[in-house]
Amino acid sequence: MDLHHLTDEPTAEERAAVDALLGPYLENGVSGREARSQRHLLLPALHAVADRVGWVSRGALGYICRRLTVPPADAFGVVSFYDLLSTEPLPPLTVRICDDVACMAAGCDALIGDVEKRFGPEGASNSGAAWLRSPCLGLCEQAPAALLTSAGVKPRVAALAPAALASIEAALANSAEAALGNSAGIDVDEPCSLPQAGEPQLRLLRRIGRGDPLDLDAYRGAGGYGALSRAFDLGPDGVIREILASKLIGRGGAAFPTGRKWEAVAREPEHPHYVVCNADESEPGTFKDRVLMEEDPFAVIEAMTIAAFAVGSEQGYIYIRGEYGRARERIVAAIAAARAAGLLGADVMKRGLRFDIEVRRGAGAYICGEETALFNSIEGFRGEPRNKPPFPVRKGLFGKPTVVNNVETLVNVLDIVTNGGATYAAIGTPDAAGTKLFCVSGHVAQPGLYEVTFGTTLRALLDRAGGVRGGAALQAVLVGGAAGAFVLPDELDAPLTFAGMREVKAALGSGVVIVFDQSVDLAAIVRRIARFFRHESCGQCVPCRIGTVRQEESLDRLALAHGAGVDDEMRLLHEIGQVMRDASICGLGQTASSAVESALAKLPVFGAGRSA
Amino acid sequence: MSISLDTGVRFSLEIDGVATTAPAGATILDVCRAVGVDTPTLCYLETLTPVNVCRVCVVELEGARTLVPACSRVVEDGMKIRTDSERVRASRRMVLEFLASSVDVSLADDMQRQMKRYGAKPERFGAEARTVRQPVKVDNELYVRDYSKCILCYKCVEACGSDAQNTFAIATAGRGFDAHISTEFNVGLPDSACVYCGNCIGVCPTGALMFVSEHEMREAGTWDEARQTKTDTICGYCGVGCTLTVHAQDNEIVKVSSPADHDVTHGHLCIKGRFGWKFVGVKKRRSDG
Ligand SMILES: Cc1cc2nc3c(=O)[nH]c(=O)nc-3n(C[C@H](O)[C@H](O)[C@H](O)COP(=O)(O)O)c2cc1C
Ligand code: SF4
Ligand code: SF4
Ligand code: SF4
Ligand code: FES
Ligand code: FES
Repeated sequence: MDLHHLTDEPTAEERAAVDALLGPYLENGVSGREARSQRHLLLPALHAVADRVGWVSRGALGYICRRLTVPPADAFGVVSFYDLLSTEPLPPLTVRICDDVACMAAGCDALIGDVEKRFGPEGASNSGAAWLRSPCLGLCEQAPAALLTSAGVKPRVAALAPAALASIEAALANSAEAALGNSAGIDVDEPCSLPQAGEPQLRLLRRIGRGDPLDLDAYRGAGGYGALSRAFDLGPDGVIREILASKLIGRGGAAFPTGRKWEAVAREPEHPHYVVCNADESEPGTFKDRVLMEEDPFAVIEAMTIAAFAVGSEQGYIYIRGEYGRARERIVAAIAAARAAGLLGADVMKRGLRFDIEVRRGAGAYICGEETALFNSIEGFRGEPRNKPPFPVRKGLFGKPTVVNNVETLVNVLDIVTNGGATYAAIGTPDAAGTKLFCVSGHVAQPGLYEVTFGTTLRALLDRAGGVRGGAALQAVLVGGAAGAFVLPDELDAPLTFAGMREVKAALGSGVVIVFDQSVDLAAIVRRIARFFRHESCGQCVPCRIGTVRQEESLDRLALAHGAGVDDEMRLLHEIGQVMRDASICGLGQTASSAVESALAKLPVFGAGRSA
Repeated sequence: MSISLDTGVRFSLEIDGVATTAPAGATILDVCRAVGVDTPTLCYLETLTPVNVCRVCVVELEGARTLVPACSRVVEDGMKIRTDSERVRASRRMVLEFLASSVDVSLADDMQRQMKRYGAKPERFGAEARTVRQPVKVDNELYVRDYSKCILCYKCVEACGSDAQNTFAIATAGRGFDAHISTEFNVGLPDSACVYCGNCIGVCPTGALMFVSEHEMREAGTWDEARQTKTDTICGYCGVGCTLTVHAQDNEIVKVSSPADHDVTHGHLCIKGRFGWKFVGVKKRRSDG
């Protein structure tokens, strides 16, 4: 391929950052064919540059394109897809302040107002630093949340939560030192996310909070890698039999039976097979996978290894959202430790399994959690979902049969293999086996990550979280996140199962439970959700690209409408919702109207009450 | 591209209650066309890989949760398909309304016809509805890019990329409603990889990509297709033998296309066939005037 390239040269720093990833550049040392197969390094190379200098200049993009033989127009299309990558100059230090639903309940609007007064408008450079708005950062239990990213030789991505004007001021003002990797003056709180820590009934969370999560010996001492050892004894078919018997259902939102997925990939004659762990977790209100990766990284790695053994895969990928700095650091460290101990690599546990895991980092795009968009993102393309069929079990990553599972789904595998599928299936209810993690945030006394048996009622979960903060009256609960629905105070006795939530016209989704007391303007929350989808639409298909814009516009008009105008807008919203559900390519467009429709049907601020 | 893997196997299926058969590998659209069901398409072209993004071709497939795109869904035995249900009509209508409310589709003839057919009323989203309106990009002497008319059907990207030209001068950039066709860093065409083959112009369904000659005549109000003639000729620049369709108005060449069903070109040309006449025309006009 004879490509036309940008003529701008990279700076020495940009070149060094790319070379550190790709090795020194040998002019004409790599043939076009070899280089083309390196396209999957495009996103890592873009990250390398942004990590070093804060943004991606023409010179840097041109250099990356020359090295990887990617057409510059294509690469520009990729950079401009992601929120965390900028093609405009951006100072090396940024603070992204979450303005999403859980943080709204925690008063982020006032905080952002103060920051704006003090530092000027969003994005404006302020002696080497800038602040930006962000969708949910996955720190909702510590709301209001902010995220600090600093570029340099030692780049950092660190949570700033709960964020206050003082800590944001310190972060922005300390720009020089921070950029050099000196974190003095920057307040990074340890998470306090596990109100149930140490309780005896915990399964998924039982190891958490019991010491250093990166201590492999401690992990093994507590039974870790027993499941993999048992998997080797069972053989691949035996493992799949146990997963099928367990009735495990995926926890990433689509609720697909895991055993059937593994069985399908195991049977595909085409090779290689891939195992992908979906750790993109960007559904507003969700933070469970972050906690699992930060606090129990070996569990995720062991479970991926079991999946690889079962489906015959030698290569795994874990795709972690770009905002999760600590989770990524810990997973990377745990992979290195596992490799050093022979638990990953050419002969895992000396049982003849070859398997290794590569960590990939998202760059700020909710849509990349959709499995086929995630594949495109790893492969170095825009994170646009693919049309299905074909499904990933047949044509997934690099067009090959692929198992893709959510982090929480995978962690369940350990107990299933250890104790047997039947034992697992006996927990919970007939339609929902096992335990489920819930991300509880908003106006509750003790926000955090909770593990409960399927079938527990929403009321019991809220009681366990200490009820509405300050004993205030409950207004509504958003279950399932932005793609979810509202549950009202008189519906709290619904059991937390797939069927139970359907009864109250909601869905479990990824386990989001955001609690709103009477002080919250739910119409503003609904408009925020509409804005979220408009911002996160990949833009590929018409119903979602334009439908999410029209939905947001209509909600804005509805806020000001009277009488017959209200009915007209509501009718239009239903029609827009129907078409997005029916004709969109992927789950994003198909669920972009869920919370809006739920609000129209249930919430007094919208419902029949207004138009009457 | 419709692949007819004619292995002799034929599937039985039902379209709008009428039983029919189709070869394995055919798409629902192939079947619709074979039985004469008028199906709107915007992003589909026989000569390009289906991207199935416009969703105007959706049909109702019994047993499927959502509607499915006819242009890319391959038929299976026993499929029951409805193309005329209220659900299908509503989706097609609103997809057309979404586009027409945000894009200038005045030159998209086929889309205008479908909008009439489905009773589309783009004005229902209000006068304040967000649009993609922007200035026309005029950065070279051969063709202009008016992205106010772009419905983002990806056809030009495909024609410039591996489906025809292999130049990769343009791609989709940005995300969501801000997604748009762009060169790297939005540089002008003269600074991009573009080789002016004009294949993107040939596939654009909305007139967003247009010969400078046509653009100028439309601006001046002198463009008049009723007064134009189309003559097929073989391009004389090289030995490949591409068919050129020469469009002339008042004895002046105004643009050149190539038939999409031509087995040499599939509608695609190079700069010489597409624009070679320009230099003749330019000189002629100068000496005339
Ligand atoms: C817009 C969108 C975003 C998604 N985000 C995630 C995500 O962040 N994490 C996840 O595990 N699954 C996500 N999914 C679901 C995945 O497509 C896929 O179903 C899941 O990873 C499969 O794993 P599971 O079977 O273990 O649930 C998302 C789906 C859509 C449509
Ligand atoms: S539904 Fe939305 S996110 Fe999904 S493919 Fe279409 S535009 Fe992209
Ligand atoms: S004229 Fe040819 S090379 Fe230029 S953008 Fe169009 S298709 Fe690509
Ligand atoms: S410029 Fe034309 S061909 Fe290209 S995407 Fe837009 S409408 Fe389609
Ligand atoms: S971190 Fe703000 S809503 Fe999740
Ligand atoms: S023609 Fe089928 S989706 Fe565009």
